Amino acid sequence: METLNYRNKAQQRAKGTRRQAIVGVVASGNLEVLVERILPDGECEVDIRTAAEGFGEVWQAVIADFVERRSPGGLKLSINDGGARPDTVALRLAQAVSAMEGERT
Amino acid sequence: MSTVTLDNAKVERQPLVSTDSWYEASARQRVEGLLDANSFVEFIGPEMREISPHLALFDLPEQFDDGMVVGLGRIDGAPVLVAAQEGRFMGGAFGEVHGAKLKGLLRAARDMASMPVLILFDTGGVRLQEANAGELAIAEIMRALMEARFAGVPVVGLVGGRSGCYGGGGLIAGSCSALAVSEQGRISVSGPEVIETNRGVEEFDSKDRALVWRTMGGKHRRLIGGAEVFADDTIESFRNAARYLIELAPAPTLDTLEAEQARLAQRIHDFGDCADALDIWRSLGASEPETIPALSYEAFVALADRLQEPRHDAR
Repeated sequence: METLNYRNKAQQRAKGTRRQAIVGVVASGNLEVLVERILPDGECEVDIRTAAEGFGEVWQAVIADFVERRSPGGLKLSINDGGARPDTVALRLAQAVSAMEGERT
Repeated sequence: MSTVTLDNAKVERQPLVSTDSWYEASARQRVEGLLDANSFVEFIGPEMREISPHLALFDLPEQFDDGMVVGLGRIDGAPVLVAAQEGRFMGGAFGEVHGAKLKGLLRAARDMASMPVLILFDTGGVRLQEANAGELAIAEIMRALMEARFAGVPVVGLVGGRSGCYGGGGLIAGSCSALAVSEQGRISVSGPEVIETNRGVEEFDSKDRALVWRTMGGKHRRLIGGAEVFADDTIESFRNAARYLIELAPAPTLDTLEAEQARLAQRIHDFGDCADALDIWRSLGASEPETIPALSYEAFVALADRLQEPRHDAR
């Protein structure tokens, strides 16, 4: 297992009022993303535990792209990864932010 | 204008449910679709990070809910307690935390004695990396389940997930007040590969999917009386089954136990000599048993109701 952590500056606060959401499951080639609205509006943190070691650079690139596109300010995303491909990761990150845009708490 | 209509339709959908298939849905999607909209309140949710204390020793990834979602919700406005296994995380297997969440829910149900419990099974059995804790959990869950039933609480099992309901999960299912199963659901204790490993491929060929399904699958379980309701593979069908079985669930009285004993004795008497499920279906009166696996949901329900009345006095 490898633990990775990335902190990025986000341009805007993530939309919606939900405080937390979870998407995905931990399985081969899949991952779960727990997202919590607990950070200052301009920050985004991604915490990763992954079964596939040695892919830090790819994670960093996928997350930088995600923060740029979705501007997930105020969100902490915690990931348990079962060896998902970068496109699956990008999809789950986008899904997590969409889930936070709802009204439920 | 058509774009506007589409967008509106999208907004009205429940946010987490993107599939109607029970088999394809995740544990959370099943819970969301089974209960009244927005009524679910989770206990010990993923944000509490009650993860397995054992998986890290094996360098295996954890899941924040340990593959078990438990909580309180409503069906038609009436409160129900719900537990759902995530069959895609480690085959939905029972570990220490996973099992403790279900045991705790059943004990709460027993103490409150006012709300039925729905267990959404999707499990290969005990998680071998934490086998002792998992086996203990199975025993404790069965005790808690029976105590809840003795306190008057209906405990209904719903089986239709990709991991089926095997091992200790099969034992817990057998302890429930009533069961609903879909064609995709499988209920047994030893799974196909376990039987093949222990007894040889001549005894049971786990690669023979048709054999697996006609021996352990939902249609067979309904036909031999192992499940009261045969559900279609939709969340709506399981919701209807849950509603129906909560009302019908027999109390675990001496009469119920004796009826169950009589039912099982009759089953051995009637089918004890059968070598294959096809023989059982034939002796139940099915004129073309080999056509049963391919029957549609509606055609099978009609046939099953004719061949084998569900026994609501037993179990």
